[in-house]
Amino acid sequence: MNAQAVDHADHDDHHHGPAKGWMRWLTTTNHKDIGTLYLWFSLAMFFVGGAMALVIRAELFQPGLQLVAPGFFNQMTTMHALVMIFLALMPAFVGLANWLLPMMIGAPDMALPRMNNWSFWILPFASAMLLATLFVDGGAPAGGWTMYPPLVLQTGAAFPMLIFAVHLLGISSIMGSINIIATIMNMRAPGMTYMKMPLFVWTWFITAYLLIATMPVLAGAVTMLLTDKYFATSFFSAAGGGDPVMFQHIFWFFGHPEVYILILPAFGIVSQIIPTFARKPLFGYSSMVYATASIAFLSFIVWAHHMFTVGLPVEAELFFMFATMLIAVPTGVKVFNWVSTMWQGAMTFETPMLFAIGFVIMFTIGGFSGLMLALTPVDFQYHDTYFVVAHFHYVLVPGAIFSVMAAAYYWIPKWTGNMYDEKLGRFHFWMSTIFVNILFFPQHFVGLAGMPRRIPDYAVQFADFNAISTIGAFGFGLSQLLFAYIMIKTAIGGKKATSEVWEGAEGLEWTLSSPPPYHSFSTQPIIK
Amino acid sequence: MEDKAAAGKRSMRALLTKLFVFPVLMFGFGYLMVPLYDIFCDLTGLNGKTGAISSAQASQMQVDTSRQIKIEFTSSINQQGNWEFRPAEPTMLVHPGKPYTTEFIAVNKRNEAVISQSVPSVTPNKAAAHFDKTECFCFTEQKFDALEERKMPVTFVVGTAVPKDVDRITLSYTLFTKEPG
Amino acid sequence: MKKRIAGSLLTTLLTPLAAHADWEVNMTQGVTDLSKEVYGLHMAAFWICVAIGVVVFGAMIWSIIYHRKDRGVKPATFHESTTIEILWTIVPVIILISLAIPAAQALVKIEDSSNADMTIKVTGYQWKWQYEYPEEDINFFSNLAQSSRDAATDPTIDPASVDNYLLEVDNPVVIPVGKKVRFLFTSNDVIHAWWVPDLAVKKDAIPGFVNDMWAQVNTPGTYRGQCTELCGKDHGFMPITLIAKEQADYDAWVAEKQAAAKKEKEMQTVTMTKDELIVRGKKVYTTNCIACHGATGAGVPGVFPAMTGSPIVLGPVEPHIDILLNGRSGTAMQAFGKQLSDLDIAAVITYTRNSLGNDVGTVVQAADVAAQR
Repeated sequence: MNAQAVDHADHDDHHHGPAKGWMRWLTTTNHKDIGTLYLWFSLAMFFVGGAMALVIRAELFQPGLQLVAPGFFNQMTTMHALVMIFLALMPAFVGLANWLLPMMIGAPDMALPRMNNWSFWILPFASAMLLATLFVDGGAPAGGWTMYPPLVLQTGAAFPMLIFAVHLLGISSIMGSINIIATIMNMRAPGMTYMKMPLFVWTWFITAYLLIATMPVLAGAVTMLLTDKYFATSFFSAAGGGDPVMFQHIFWFFGHPEVYILILPAFGIVSQIIPTFARKPLFGYSSMVYATASIAFLSFIVWAHHMFTVGLPVEAELFFMFATMLIAVPTGVKVFNWVSTMWQGAMTFETPMLFAIGFVIMFTIGGFSGLMLALTPVDFQYHDTYFVVAHFHYVLVPGAIFSVMAAAYYWIPKWTGNMYDEKLGRFHFWMSTIFVNILFFPQHFVGLAGMPRRIPDYAVQFADFNAISTIGAFGFGLSQLLFAYIMIKTAIGGKKATSEVWEGAEGLEWTLSSPPPYHSFSTQPIIK
Repeated sequence: MEDKAAAGKRSMRALLTKLFVFPVLMFGFGYLMVPLYDIFCDLTGLNGKTGAISSAQASQMQVDTSRQIKIEFTSSINQQGNWEFRPAEPTMLVHPGKPYTTEFIAVNKRNEAVISQSVPSVTPNKAAAHFDKTECFCFTEQKFDALEERKMPVTFVVGTAVPKDVDRITLSYTLFTKEPG
Repeated sequence: MKKRIAGSLLTTLLTPLAAHADWEVNMTQGVTDLSKEVYGLHMAAFWICVAIGVVVFGAMIWSIIYHRKDRGVKPATFHESTTIEILWTIVPVIILISLAIPAAQALVKIEDSSNADMTIKVTGYQWKWQYEYPEEDINFFSNLAQSSRDAATDPTIDPASVDNYLLEVDNPVVIPVGKKVRFLFTSNDVIHAWWVPDLAVKKDAIPGFVNDMWAQVNTPGTYRGQCTELCGKDHGFMPITLIAKEQADYDAWVAEKQAAAKKEKEMQTVTMTKDELIVRGKKVYTTNCIACHGATGAGVPGVFPAMTGSPIVLGPVEPHIDILLNGRSGTAMQAFGKQLSDLDIAAVITYTRNSLGNDVGTVVQAADVAAQR
């Protein structure tokens, strides 16, 4: 929070070039600098969260408890999820939005540059608070990232830190989202109508609304936890007339839109990349926009499919089953549109395109298991098993994370003016794709065969697939060092990129030089 | 030019006001979900929340002697506390529309006074909305003297509109211990 | 009906795999009519996904092979077609409806617990299950088997050498076959979930609330499951072992349980020697206390207090008995008064006071505990 006080001083510096030295990064209000900060921060947290995942997988390599105690194992699963969702993926997408939105809509910068600085600088403090819980009495939160009471109320000294970290992260992303909405609504170049906006802008526009609608609900839910623990309220305690299941309703009212917050920008990225490398306009632009909006709307009425086993009335179970199945329709439209964009194109397969294609295939696999999970009677068998773990990791890792990597490869020549190493990039893609499948595909099998999630040790019949999965995890983790290497190398230097970078690229950002000027569009372009 | 810029600034301010107020409202909505949830539970019997009606209302109900429903009573003691807590009779056959009274027996086995709060829950869900109590020890906290044994009555009526396929209803009480006082 | 056939077809295909249990890749068909129906739905959904996948990925792979720049193709320029868009909105809707109808029918059957023959109440504890048969007056706790507990922590024991590692308990729950058994679920502390895959029953056990679910098992046998809602440190160590017996065998089991309970009750008035108490106390300690306070009594610093040198263990005996009977509010220390007999409490107190690095010398008898109840 101290950062907020510091950066009051020189808010006028965005009229000039960047400030000198490290103060540039602390006081910057420039959308590109802030985007860069977000992206590097996210990359660092990706490795922190990844290290936790490797602790989990290492313990699960063999049956028996070898490396960590069960309590610490639970801290790892909890922190891995919190770090990956709130500190790695969401900042990555916000970073991309910062870098790209002004350039895509022909604006000089974000609408609220000073607030932009705050939204970023809250993050490191919130993250430090969250990660510091690992070192306090009783260790980090171990009740799962879903923070279900009464279990989460058994957390030790880490509890208030967890709650305040969630509050700060919420404030950060709400401010970021307000900025994004204001930018999109007010800063578009003349002629850039809503239905001419690139899909990445559209998906972020809708995502930002989801964020400002749901993050406050999460903040409310965790505040109730806080008062339940320290101020004798009983929102979630049956003894005082509350109900622990109510927390799950409130949490998932946030949580399901949150899932789409993590995937809608990914849809946008892929919709930018595939037309470029297919050299063919995106198929069904307007249906893509409508599909995105429908998914966002549906996300508010499906939350209880995360809690089919809590004992809902059969009518409610039916409603949430039907609503959930319905999501397959707009999602299907998107996948069909991407395939149709490729159909009869003239495709090349540079690294961004490889990641985009990998995204479409593996996200769809995650979508299939999602459809299976929607069926309530069958969900009773899948619920809280590794089948669910496989499902959401398929949509989040070769889904959301692959899209971020695709975006990084696609736009890094624009950002830095340097081409990345194509050979290494493709190698990185193939390593990631092979290992991510070794990592997560066997988890479908152990889940169906009956292995519950969030357990540090398992019955021996699950041993072989778990061993394979762990090998995949380490392979995938090591492959990402390659990603960091390629990104750092490209940031430092390399073959110079042209302004257009890609042969088939369309969009305003490609009309700027590579790297673009410090203030993107000083004079607004006119869109016909 | 000046006017246009000023107008732009004004519309921006209006937009920002809306954008900042909206999350605040949504924070409030999170809290609003608490009473909404209670109403929803009362209406649907979600999570076995039972209703409460006055004994006058209960006596006005038509008794449906053509149906007989088995009521099972069960009790739990939550976590802390040293109690004996059990239903006086494990089951009872009832006609919909007719009020019945039964007792739960609680013994405070501590050598000090303790306050208890009993929480009811009815299953199956679809029966809970039709299960009403006119009198119950769960309505208020109960103070127990050291080693006190007490019979606690509950009077209930199963509504005549209870779904046809309900032949057995479980009424459960969980006894929570409040801080000794 | 078609789904049944599809399901059994796949089973035939998977039989060689299933014989090798280590490589089990699919859901169990289970041993109830409903579990088989659920399995059929699972397979139907699976094959629908496979079919859609073949079409979508097929089209993609086709264009990746044929519509590439290095084959010299010129890109087409089409970018919309209302007809196609409507078509691929409506066709999925039809497929979804065809899946939703049987799913809804199965769900309604699953949620109908009426006409049950008997009731078993299941209570989740950190980290064990309690089973109560109200009509038979049977009540017992079910803990992870000692063999699994040892193998998990002792690096010299190979978990593969332990029968049913992590899936075996000391007191299995027993039900008769062919009877509709209704389970009531609740919890003592945090939320747990009771799951036996072969029964296709999974339901949350929530403190203060009661959920119900039912199963009618057709084939006698032993069926295993685990807790499936994260419930703290030993979430992975509270399995479920359920034995379905023929009615006659079940009746014999009930009689045996009732007799054992009666004998246990008689034991409560016996006075034991210090050594007898320590032997019994050690068993009680490993089953109930070890999860938090540790095998050596070291506890977990900052979370669970150590037994070794604990002021309560070393101090006067009355507060020690009191904390076991009543628990300590605001902590994970449960009230064992309702879980353990007087004798077991006396034994475990004697044990902790005379081992785990302590040497107080006190001997506590069941009568001492009874006096403080």
